[in-house]
Amino acid sequence: MADAVTQVDTPVRGASSPSPKGRGFDVKRLPGFATVAWMCLLVLYAPMLVLVLFSVNDNRSVTIWTKFSWRWYEEVINNEGIQHATVLSLKVAVVAMVVATAVATMAALATTRTRAYRGLPVVYGIINQPLMVPEIVTAVATLSFFALIKQATGVTGLGYLILAHTVFCIPFAYMPIRARLEDMDLTLEQASADLYATPWRTFRRVTFPLLLPGIFAGAMLAFVISLDDVVISLLVAGPGESTLPIYIIGQLRRGVTPEMNAVSTIFLAVSILLVTFFFVLARARK
Amino acid sequence: MSTSVPETGATAAQSAERRAVRTRWLLVSPAVVIIGCVGILPLSIILLYSLLEPAEYAGVVWTFSPEAWMGLVLERDIFDDTLGLSSAHLTIYTRSILQALFTTVLTLIFGFPTAYFIATRPAKERNIWLFLVTIPFWTNLLIRTFAIMLIVRDEGLVNHALINIGLIEKPLAILYTDVAVAIGLVYAYLPFMVLPLYASMEKLDFRLVEAGYDLYANRRRVLRRVIVPLVKPGVIAGCILVFIPSIGAYVTPRLLGGGKNMMLGNLIANQFGTSRNWPLGSAMALALMGLVMIALVIYVRNVTAAGQKSHG
Repeated sequence: MADAVTQVDTPVRGASSPSPKGRGFDVKRLPGFATVAWMCLLVLYAPMLVLVLFSVNDNRSVTIWTKFSWRWYEEVINNEGIQHATVLSLKVAVVAMVVATAVATMAALATTRTRAYRGLPVVYGIINQPLMVPEIVTAVATLSFFALIKQATGVTGLGYLILAHTVFCIPFAYMPIRARLEDMDLTLEQASADLYATPWRTFRRVTFPLLLPGIFAGAMLAFVISLDDVVISLLVAGPGESTLPIYIIGQLRRGVTPEMNAVSTIFLAVSILLVTFFFVLARARK
Repeated sequence: MSTSVPETGATAAQSAERRAVRTRWLLVSPAVVIIGCVGILPLSIILLYSLLEPAEYAGVVWTFSPEAWMGLVLERDIFDDTLGLSSAHLTIYTRSILQALFTTVLTLIFGFPTAYFIATRPAKERNIWLFLVTIPFWTNLLIRTFAIMLIVRDEGLVNHALINIGLIEKPLAILYTDVAVAIGLVYAYLPFMVLPLYASMEKLDFRLVEAGYDLYANRRRVLRRVIVPLVKPGVIAGCILVFIPSIGAYVTPRLLGGGKNMMLGNLIANQFGTSRNWPLGSAMALALMGLVMIALVIYVRNVTAAGQKSHG
């Protein structure tokens, strides 16, 4: 793929090649597009930079800069509400991630590298279903369903929230695992089978190690998605089950405080770190 | 099919095949069961709920009633019980559709040149750009909306700067208006437009663009007659990816629009909260899902049509 691109690139962009429109005519350039692109970048990052900047500002006002200080971070660390919410968020995200990744890995193994079989499109449809329904619809549907179960069985607990998270994490975990599998070399597994390895042994010693970067990438996405969720958690979570986003949205309704900047900055940093890690893993493909 | 294969070979192959099929279904079943039970089954439950009567406190009473579906656009007069159009609901629907359309158009206007610019960068630079656009895609929407709040509120950066310049004396009330929601939605979903557009522009064959110039087309004509038709699937994918979440947006209107500028997502959530009308909320949710399904069908049909055209 990369080779094909460079091959196309060279004759087109090479300034030395004789072009009917004369030297230096770049067929790829469209005037003004670069400006818009830089503007987009500015628009995307400026608000986040403001958020980060005022998280280290020693002033209750989130508009006027006075001096650098870590005090809001100290307050965040000592805030019991945030502590509880963080622990709960992590609990939910870790369990949802583990279950979703395991289930998605199995599904990916059975839906890639095979001939099209009956029911395959249906399986694809089911796995991607959480992506196709608007979040608010999933949220109220899950709420209604769980209310019904709670009424019938009387069982309550964190399990419901975790289950709801697992569902929408599955397609996100599935995507990179499937992509990795499709890129993998089938001949290695065939060689292993030729050398009298059982299917299980082939999976453990050949397929699984090769698939591992994909599994990590999938787990990463599932974790981030679970951690970020607002709408479904807001409707499904029972009393006392405030995840960090629910806590933040509750606080924001009461007004903007620099403490919220600090906790948001930490949240932002974690997300960016995980996504960067995901990028590195995806790059490790070749 | 297996007539030429000796019988023993055929049965061995058949049993191997059967084993493979069994493994396959065992492997997909956990994912299918989880999503089937907790993702798809609940949708049929709200379909059922939408045909029942609301309970006094929360939940439903198990008697049939078409009231919820009628309640989508109609309302009963509290005095004489006659039906009339519910202007409150209609306002919210119109606002949601307009906001979603506006967001789609604006993100397209910004996203198209951006995606094109990224796709025409050299490989290394392209990866950095791509990374920079992907980061906001995956970062928490709530936090990004909060960042917009910091910018547009009365004591926010925009008003602070405008007052300091002397352009205005009193802060402009942007927060808790439709404008703030629009800004928030565009900001939130811009990466959702850029990424699918980029994916189809990356595959753009620039020899065709060059051919256009060779045939004496100017830049505008090449853009309109060569580039746009070639990346049409990406444009449609981007529009769908922006339109669907923005029409059902919940977080952005809640934080930036306040109580007065509700959108469909908030209206639905309210039926399950303070308004305590689960059947109505269910009907609204299903209507929203129907709308999304229509958008998806249009997308699929357009993409297949575009695919057939480029192969033919």
